Amino acid sequence: MKAKIYITLKAGIVDPQGRAIQQSLATLGFSTVNDVRVGKFLEIEVNEENPAEAETQIKAMCEKLLTNTVIEEYRYELETLPLVKP
Amino acid sequence: MNWGVIVFPGSNCDRDAAYVLTESLGQRVDLIWHQETSLNGKDAIVLPGGFSYGDYLRSGAVAQFSPIMAAVKDFARDGGIVLGICNGFQILLEMGLLPGTMRPNVGLSFVCKDVWVKVENADTPFTRAYKSGQVIRLPIAHAEGNYYADPVTVSSLRANAQIVFRYCEADGTPTERANPNGSLDNVAGIQNAAGNVLGLMPHPERGAESILGNEDGRLLFHSLINAVPVRESVQESTKKSRKDDERYRIIAVTQPDGDR
Repeated sequence: MKAKIYITLKAGIVDPQGRAIQQSLATLGFSTVNDVRVGKFLEIEVNEENPAEAETQIKAMCEKLLTNTVIEEYRYELETLPLVKP
Repeated sequence: MNWGVIVFPGSNCDRDAAYVLTESLGQRVDLIWHQETSLNGKDAIVLPGGFSYGDYLRSGAVAQFSPIMAAVKDFARDGGIVLGICNGFQILLEMGLLPGTMRPNVGLSFVCKDVWVKVENADTPFTRAYKSGQVIRLPIAHAEGNYYADPVTVSSLRANAQIVFRYCEADGTPTERANPNGSLDNVAGIQNAAGNVLGLMPHPERGAESILGNEDGRLLFHSLINAVPVRESVQESTKKSRKDDERYRIIAVTQPDGDR
């Protein structure tokens, strides 16, 4: 399985990077930009056939290491990959 | 006292901390490589400043799972003294040994300068050599020192006097202007509820010798030292040119230049 993980700041947490990018876009003339939020994108390949088991592992990875749950939240998509036989 | 300074790949204030403790305060120090699994009976642990693991993912996020950190966690849970400076503070937050988290500085700049810091709580093992409300000068050098915690956590920090250091003006007033990074409530350093774990963003080890123009940080280390008499003259002991290896032991199965 392959997981695509999106990590973003929780709503209400100030995003200074997003704000700086928004200002820069405004300078460039993109006057329609209302808000910019910067996050992280990770692709993780898991050598696990069972989608439910893969999902459990991905969730644990997100909770333990990949996100700072105080200020960040995550979502993910799971894709089936050709299984890697060891 | 027998101190351990944990060394991660990317730590860069480990030697500074060890230097102050050994040369200035006459303490016994081991530098402990992060791949170790035992603290071997230390009295206090320092998590030094720097950029452990290049600040990958988030500052301190990867370092919290270094092999030695399980022992540090147990040590802290058993009441052992743990001092986290700068990146060490960030690691303590990631580990959950201290509440809250760090955000990037407001303004997104790496801020490197001397700031005024008020000792809000002088009734801790880390600050008892200071006077309550004393304003001290310490250097800061970080990009992620913008402390944040949810309102419930903040009110419990306040209620338990866990906010130990705050950024302030020279007269001690904690203003927005004196806040170098946007930190909530001007927080510069906090301790845990039990009072044995302290994290702070300013660098006391970089302001601990008169020859460097600042001794304000020295009292923090001095606070932690009970029975061991402090050496009178720093200059006297530093006259002898000695190699690092003779000054303090480096504890590592694999040498720091090897397996990372």
